[in-house]
Amino acid sequence: MSESKGWPLWEVFVRSKQGLNHKHVGSLRASDATMAIKNARDVYTRRAEGISIWVVPSNNITASDPSEEDSLFEPSQTKVYRHPTFYDVPDGISHM
Amino acid sequence: MKDLNISKLEAIFQQKIDDDVKIEPNDWMPDAYRKSLIRQISQHAHSEVVGMLPEGNWITRAPNLRRKAVLLAKVQDEAGHGLYLYSAAETLGADREKTIDDLHSGKAKYSSIFNYPTLTWADMGAIGWLVDGAAIMNQVPLCRCSYGPYARAMIRVCKEESFHQRQGFEVINKLAEGTIEQKEMAQDALNRFWWPALMMFGPSDDDSSHTEQSMRWKIKRNTNDELRQMFVDVTVPQAESIGLKVPDPHLKWNEEKECYDFGPIDWDEFWQVVGGNGPCNKERVDARRKAKEDGKWVVEAAMAFANKRNAKKTA
Ligand SMILES: [Fe+2]
Ligand SMILES: [Fe+2]
Repeated sequence: MSESKGWPLWEVFVRSKQGLNHKHVGSLRASDATMAIKNARDVYTRRAEGISIWVVPSNNITASDPSEEDSLFEPSQTKVYRHPTFYDVPDGISHM
Repeated sequence: MKDLNISKLEAIFQQKIDDDVKIEPNDWMPDAYRKSLIRQISQHAHSEVVGMLPEGNWITRAPNLRRKAVLLAKVQDEAGHGLYLYSAAETLGADREKTIDDLHSGKAKYSSIFNYPTLTWADMGAIGWLVDGAAIMNQVPLCRCSYGPYARAMIRVCKEESFHQRQGFEVINKLAEGTIEQKEMAQDALNRFWWPALMMFGPSDDDSSHTEQSMRWKIKRNTNDELRQMFVDVTVPQAESIGLKVPDPHLKWNEEKECYDFGPIDWDEFWQVVGGNGPCNKERVDARRKAKEDGKWVVEAAMAFANKRNAKKTA
């Protein structure tokens, strides 16, 4: 990804309300973290979308490789015994 | 993955698109898809940013504080839309400053509508009602576009747009029910903005060079003519309900097709404006160029400050 001569890129995460996790909402450019928070507030929370913001320099994020999707995530699909519906429970048994 | 040849990769890619699986930034995609998207998204971003100028023209002259606060909030939203879109273009590897420089050099296009002047306060009504209305018509289907970051940006944009259209309609409606002079102002704004608003949907399907491929890639979900027809069908009754007349002598409800027939669009005018010869093209691009040049020292000073502080921290 090419880098502009201007300000670095930041990823923005917003907590919409107390009790929920921060969620990625987008990105923006800013010279430093303080400015990134201020700009994120102006751009991503103008309509009460959030009560807390995280900003992370985009180049500090390591992403999994999409071409390894199969080897990384396939096991979670084949191991059906990890799900409660895999198991037989006789009729009449409740609270389980 | 390396041993897969291009045609195999292309087949997998198209299969994802056909199955409505979103494409994300790090996924493999054909070069032409990437290029097409960068062009479409950056043009869209430029339109949001240049689109602030005709309305910015009236912020200081809004008739009262309520209207002023509303217009200011609306224009601020458009700046945000520009940002969401430039960010989406960046996820494809586009260099943001370079795309902006392409706008300034005249290489990149933006929506032709913003090259028309805003002569009276009623134009603020016509723009919100018609221009944002047409933009919504265009953008709602793009919320389902195949490229994830673009689709997500469109969802945010569409949420914000509905207030834009309503505030515009309120402005024009108030004028339409006002004094004779005010009603004339409203009608005059409609007269000037109607045809340019219809042109916002782009050339007719027969002359639209990108449509077919873009539809196959789902970076466009309806043709220009389909969207234009939808816009006419919803907007004409709105004009009638506030006692304004759509400036088209050919406009007529078609009972059989259950939609409006409307008169021919002046495509010569459209191509002139797209080609840089609209009433305000030069003014708009000059204003953007000046903004970048005048703001350059701020960009540099902020970066110098951040670098200095970082150096101190690590020292
Ligand atoms: Fe917008
Ligand atoms: Fe808008």
